[in-house]
Amino acid sequence: MKEEDFRDNETLEDLKALGDNVFFTTVSDLLKWGRSNSIWPLTFATSCCGIEMMAAGASRYDFARFGIEVYRATPRQADVIVVAGTIVHKMVPVLKRLYDQMAEPKYVIAMGACAVSGGPFYYNTYSVVRGVDHVLPVDVYIPGCPPRPEALLYGVMQLQRKIKAEKVALRNNNEEK
Amino acid sequence: MSKDVIKNIIVKDDEDYIINMGPQHPSTHGVLRLEVCLNGEIVKYVIPHIGYIHRGIEKMCEADTYKQIIHLTDRMDYLSAHMNNEAVCLAVENALQVEVPERVQYIRAILDELNRLASHQLWWSAFGMDLGALTTFFYGLRDREKILAIFEESFGSRLLHSFNTPGGLMHDVHPNFQKHILEFVKYFRKKLPDYKNLLTDNVIFHNRTKGVGVMSPETAIAFGVTGPSGRGSGFACDVRKVAPYGVYDQLDFKQVLYSEGDSFARYQVRMDEMEESLNLLEQLVAKMPSEGDFTAKMKPIIKLPEGEYYERVETARGELGVFIVSKGEKYPYRMRFRSPNFSNLFVLNTLSKGLKIADLVAISGSLDLVLPDIDR
Repeated sequence: MKEEDFRDNETLEDLKALGDNVFFTTVSDLLKWGRSNSIWPLTFATSCCGIEMMAAGASRYDFARFGIEVYRATPRQADVIVVAGTIVHKMVPVLKRLYDQMAEPKYVIAMGACAVSGGPFYYNTYSVVRGVDHVLPVDVYIPGCPPRPEALLYGVMQLQRKIKAEKVALRNNNEEK
Repeated sequence: MSKDVIKNIIVKDDEDYIINMGPQHPSTHGVLRLEVCLNGEIVKYVIPHIGYIHRGIEKMCEADTYKQIIHLTDRMDYLSAHMNNEAVCLAVENALQVEVPERVQYIRAILDELNRLASHQLWWSAFGMDLGALTTFFYGLRDREKILAIFEESFGSRLLHSFNTPGGLMHDVHPNFQKHILEFVKYFRKKLPDYKNLLTDNVIFHNRTKGVGVMSPETAIAFGVTGPSGRGSGFACDVRKVAPYGVYDQLDFKQVLYSEGDSFARYQVRMDEMEESLNLLEQLVAKMPSEGDFTAKMKPIIKLPEGEYYERVETARGELGVFIVSKGEKYPYRMRFRSPNFSNLFVLNTLSKGLKIADLVAISGSLDLVLPDIDR
């Protein structure tokens, strides 16, 4: 049913006759609504951005309001990996393994300048990966060194929008890929 | 050495097995990997594997000017960002024999103490969480936000404010700086008893920490364990007292010392240090000159005379040393940091031998490790 039909009084009368609450949706929309509103992040913080991620989960900012509910210590239970901090070459195999262990659908947020591009460690260093997108498919980039908790909240909301817009049936279909 | 060789040397019992804790583990506070050898639940040995966040900061410093280096030192021990900055600034200033204005010294000391408080609050939150008390996380971070608000008002950033520069500060502080600090001191004095009621007087907490991981003063000195962890063993190592820098020799404060050396003693040192920091803040705000320059006159390009320079400060975790070798250019020839966490980490094996694996978490939590400072 289209949105305009709800403004039509006759349609509403028909709906009222059926009972109290009637929602028309597709399986795809229902799945996306559920997924986008309960994203569980993995506790994965390598450096300073992890502190701001903790602050975002704590008293003042409390990002449980947006459905990023609980930090999971195991990748098997996590939906999103927030890469908070610098990734160095020694860490890459571990990070890749963590990502591979997560169950589909899974998302990646690159938090902070280091995860986006190497940040302050872009020049003159031998051990830093210049951006986590060399390793993982990143969904949302959050700039800042470190980003404020509000920036993380905004990034999470962008991820929710992205989840709501994706084609659920196609995401896991290997033939389509 | 191959794994078989290591097995033959250390693991003698067939029932022993080796597990990995980390690099992604909620209670290692970062990307530390601990190789733990267990006999049932008993820890036989712990080998810390580091380098998962090695960013090569010391090497990067060799290509940066002294003003640029300040911004890298923030990212080492991000919870005592200000003290890290100050260490480099003091080294450069002492090398050039620059007299820093008194007002700058007071502001630096105020920021030291605020940063120490924020760091200890975060440690308290995380330590409680390590031992299964989630409540502390919300109480500690609630009060920490008040300090971050003061930082943000003056420096525009919450965590890493590269506010120091060789010779002074980047700019002057906000007019409300002193007022808001006094408000915070008043606020936090009321909240500290809550901390005591929640965790310090908790019986479960006592059972988890008292007598766990006892470190003798000899061990502390042998491993170079400094900061609150060393002072919990009675090792008087507070650089603010031992080798005062800035205005610390004009202030009235005591060095917190406990002689038990267990996890609970290390906990109490930090709790007492919070109170000491509040006292210090009041003294500093009262004595701080309200007018004055925020920086000494410095040349636009800083070149240190040829030689070697060492300066140390007390961070929230111990003694941070900065060693600069200069060849008379605008870049250092070699930069070396003596980071407190590196020494504090490697005492873990000695402390946790023969204890249960759950105690390992309590000990590593009480040492208050920050990984990027270890790997640099």
